Amino acid sequence: MTMRTPLMNLLLGERGTQIFLAVLLVTAIVVPILHLAFDAGSSLHLSSYTMTLIGKYMTYALLAVAVDLVWGYCGILSLGHAAFFALGGYAMGMYLMRQIGPRGVYADPVLPDFMVFLNWKELPWFWYGFDMFWFAALMVVLVPGLLALVFGWLAFRSRVTGVYLSIITQALTYALMLAFFRNDMGFGGNNGLTDFKDILGFNINAPGTRVALFVASAVALGLGYFACRYITLSRAGRVVQAVRDAESRTRFIGYRVESYKLWIFAFSAVLAGIAGALYVPQVGIINPSEFQPINSIEIVIWVAVGGRGTLYGAVAGAVLVNYAKSYFTAAVPEFWLYALGALFVLVTLFLPRGVVGLADRFTPRRREPEPEAVKA
Amino acid sequence: MVSVLLLAFVVQARAAQNDALAQALTGLTAEDFPTKTDAATAVAATRHPNARAVLTAMLEGNLHFRTADQRVFIVQGDDPLTLTDPLTMQAAGSGATADFTKITTNNRLRKTLKGLIAGFDLSDPDAGVRLAAVNEMMRSLDEDSIVILRARVDDEKDDKVKDAIDTGLALADLDSDDADTRLAAVEHLKGNLSPDVYNRLKRLTERSDEGVHAEPDERVRRGATVAIASIDNWRQIYGGVETLFFGLSLGSVLVLAAIGLAITFGVMGVINMAHGELMMLGAYTTYVVQLAMPNHIGASIIVAVPLAFLVSGLVGVLIERGVVRFLYGRPLETLLATFGISLILQQVVRDIFTANNRPVETPAWMAGSWQINEALSITYNRLYVILFMAVVFAILLFVLKKTTLGLKVRAVSQNRAMAKAMGVRTEWVDALTFGLGSGIAGVAGVALSQLTNVGPNLGQQYIIDSFMVVVFGGVANLWGTLIGGMSLGVVNKVLEPFAGAVLAKILVLIALILFIQRRPRGLFPQKGRAAEA
Amino acid sequence: MNASTAIRHGWQKVVGTGVRSDRPIAPDTTHGTILYLEDITVSFDGFKALNALTLYVDVGELRCIIGPNGAGKTTMMDVITGKTRPDAGSAWFGQQLDLLTLTEPEIAEAGIGRKFQKPTVFEQHTVLENLELAAAGNKSIWHTLFKPLTGAQRDRIDQVLETVRLQDRRDFRAGMLSHGQKQWLEIGMLLMQDSQMLLVDEPVAGMTPQEVERTAELLLSLEGQHSVVVVEHDMNFVRSIARKVTVLHEGHVLAEGSMDQVQNDPKVIEVYLGE
Repeated sequence: MTMRTPLMNLLLGERGTQIFLAVLLVTAIVVPILHLAFDAGSSLHLSSYTMTLIGKYMTYALLAVAVDLVWGYCGILSLGHAAFFALGGYAMGMYLMRQIGPRGVYADPVLPDFMVFLNWKELPWFWYGFDMFWFAALMVVLVPGLLALVFGWLAFRSRVTGVYLSIITQALTYALMLAFFRNDMGFGGNNGLTDFKDILGFNINAPGTRVALFVASAVALGLGYFACRYITLSRAGRVVQAVRDAESRTRFIGYRVESYKLWIFAFSAVLAGIAGALYVPQVGIINPSEFQPINSIEIVIWVAVGGRGTLYGAVAGAVLVNYAKSYFTAAVPEFWLYALGALFVLVTLFLPRGVVGLADRFTPRRREPEPEAVKA
Repeated sequence: MVSVLLLAFVVQARAAQNDALAQALTGLTAEDFPTKTDAATAVAATRHPNARAVLTAMLEGNLHFRTADQRVFIVQGDDPLTLTDPLTMQAAGSGATADFTKITTNNRLRKTLKGLIAGFDLSDPDAGVRLAAVNEMMRSLDEDSIVILRARVDDEKDDKVKDAIDTGLALADLDSDDADTRLAAVEHLKGNLSPDVYNRLKRLTERSDEGVHAEPDERVRRGATVAIASIDNWRQIYGGVETLFFGLSLGSVLVLAAIGLAITFGVMGVINMAHGELMMLGAYTTYVVQLAMPNHIGASIIVAVPLAFLVSGLVGVLIERGVVRFLYGRPLETLLATFGISLILQQVVRDIFTANNRPVETPAWMAGSWQINEALSITYNRLYVILFMAVVFAILLFVLKKTTLGLKVRAVSQNRAMAKAMGVRTEWVDALTFGLGSGIAGVAGVALSQLTNVGPNLGQQYIIDSFMVVVFGGVANLWGTLIGGMSLGVVNKVLEPFAGAVLAKILVLIALILFIQRRPRGLFPQKGRAAEA
Repeated sequence: MNASTAIRHGWQKVVGTGVRSDRPIAPDTTHGTILYLEDITVSFDGFKALNALTLYVDVGELRCIIGPNGAGKTTMMDVITGKTRPDAGSAWFGQQLDLLTLTEPEIAEAGIGRKFQKPTVFEQHTVLENLELAAAGNKSIWHTLFKPLTGAQRDRIDQVLETVRLQDRRDFRAGMLSHGQKQWLEIGMLLMQDSQMLLVDEPVAGMTPQEVERTAELLLSLEGQHSVVVVEHDMNFVRSIARKVTVLHEGHVLAEGSMDQVQNDPKVIEVYLGE
């Protein structure tokens, strides 16, 4: 590091963050090299499957960072982040659908296959513009962001907090899931959007494109992480944490608690949307099951396992839990739900600060007065 | 002397009937259906005591004739056929199938046969049989059946049967050449809700493409229009009543599902995400009880209710003692931990009972429906759910308001520290309260087993709705839950016809989010300083 | 309201108002009275916590409020700070500001600071951060996100740290402070807010005699620049600082006057000592 501005010193002044950045950089450089530079026969070759899996984990990690920002730092247990993630994913999926063009099964130049199948004659108005990447990218940010703004405004304004808020966000996700399952909503119903061909003119299955998507995910994770880190270190971040610990007290010293919550909620929703948009081209499908209430709760448990209130903890939790999930569902599928259920119980009972807290306990070093969330 | 004469007359009359029947039977052996139809009508016209049996046998394909001598028999079994003589109803030995020809029927003939048989049933002593017969005849009204109905109408004592016959005759009168008769018939049919009547009246008001009225007389047309309007009106009212009923029964399910939640959430401030799975356990308990007593399905439900309460209540107490009690004052953690428990419970059930839905039988006394009139019928299972909810609610109200446990529970809910200081063992109260809420969930599961599929996902389907009820009704108030659940149920069902089931649900959710703008703490909020904490 | 003001109001709702110096709301105290409470009634489920309470506080006055438990002292503070809305009555801050139409942060911004009965500091934040959070200044998101503290604010923090004697604890987490220190920190936060009116609920509970003495000194030093309303049970403490005492009983004012006057009032004696 040659340039060390005070801001960079501040952002990097935490061991977890340094480790996170190092691991992220190494992954972003080494994985593509192993994938591209070595032949499929070579023992050093990294398969496309593995790279995509790691890419997927990185989008999950970004999602976890977003949830940690609202939950770990602001005390809002949102069970709606799966919805924001899925909405971002759908916006990207719609762009990818429009890129298929006449190469679909029914070869309609404009209408996606499922619309032809449903006997639709015209493109619904909300599909306009998704043939342009910039528009889709804008929607990835705007749709989750605006939904969070409107919903958050309604909820925070009437001082819906705590468990009530969790339930309401869960209901929101549930309502969206029901809506997206409907064929006449115009988002492909049950089957969702899939069979993507290319993105920005590049074949979506070409190794080069996949590497680009992988690197884009790494960059998005890095940027998202440091944006959140900046926020949590700013005075605004301290206000947000004050809201978490003593909401009405914060109000009495003159902060518009609702505005802060709304703003952090919307920002977090945007991050979740971006994560979803990067997730979809890598896994190649988006369908309404992404809205399932259980998904939202799973994200929360990633954060809890990693250690809420620390951003690198959220990243670690997302990767750990998802790695375990990949492993278990392949090896002993019937065991996964037991493991996940037990994880929920054990982490809340015995590991309020997650594995990060555990690691802290076993690495004796200077104690820094960092604000941690022990209670939400 | 007189009696001998009478006897002689009877014997003579019987002999004449026998001859007539024998005569008519020969016609049945014909090849072509019109002849057979005439012959069947002739059989009925003999009014012979065995005529009904003959016609029924013919309808069921059990009437054969011996190819050799064209004699008609009622047969039973396959090869060899057991023969019964239709004239005497005595056994007539047996014969090889090859020697006999079956008297075949076609659709039209079968329709005629049904009408004829119904004619016989009209004089059956059982009013139910008579009513069924009239309805059967209405489906194929012809001159003969009208004659039979007219003959019957004056003798009929039962009001329902008489009404049905009157309706049939009025329908027949609509075809009369005399406009006044038709008008009277229309007048008569005004209050009738049967779809047959409605369609028939509708036809009277129609106009062909050339502008020719189906009904020439203007007065009759006007009468028909008025009658249709009146019927439409009544149907709408009954439709409304039915929607309300559906809504109330859905509401009852919601109340049953939510009320346990309201107790744990309201009293203890504990959100129990495994509540749905406790309902699921109740439903599976019903299934197991039915496995254990397959011959007493009717009683199984009654046995299942207390058992389900115990099973779910016990699991609830275990959850409270094992997990929840370490998390008091940390509602969000409780939410996560109980969610984990819900996953485990689901998987346990999947491992024991497989992931497939389990068949839970409906006892006979809960099946069927109560037909109030042509436009309105109420299914018993829905009705019982409403009653069941009312009973559970009343018991719960009693427990909370009149027993020591209830007093302690309320004390703890209002001021935990103070209750503790007064010597209430709050730990013990917590466990029991949680057990009570969970037990109620189990009881709700028994009700659900009668209404929906019993599978590992049963709980998830209802959990969000239950939470909505609690959020809407406000915590710590049973009446709030009752009114909240009922109104959500009714609103859902009222919206469904316009918006479809899914959209209705979404609309309700949105409405609820807007509702909490005005009343963030539900319909019946807790007031005072305690609520501020 | 025209479109541009509507947009500005909407914007302010979301992002907060402009800098403090030109904040739109500030009390007009030209008549010498800063707080007007008139006929305030608050009832919880039929129980009247406040019953037609009428109370005036002058600019720069130090007022003590005493009364038995349940007299409505805390509820009164809740009404003033916007936490509880009364069923009837009016509450004005100066001649212009109707407190009943303002939200809690707006009231805080207008210049009413509050110290709670139970010390509520931000336990996960350091002492410094607590003071920083409370610092008077622009509290919009934009500012707190991108603007560092001004030099004046930093100086003020150092000053207050010294006043409340927590200089050597500035980087400690507030949760690790002793009870008395938390009380002091909260008073420090009140000072940071630079409010014209301070509501102080039981400031000396749990303090050592020395700390009590210093608190009295501090409150007395505020007199004149700030209007201070102190609710306290500790009679010795009240006697040591009080110029004017108001006795609340069952939600309304029972007596008002100097400590001696009040103590000899037969109604007060009856309430405190029984029949």
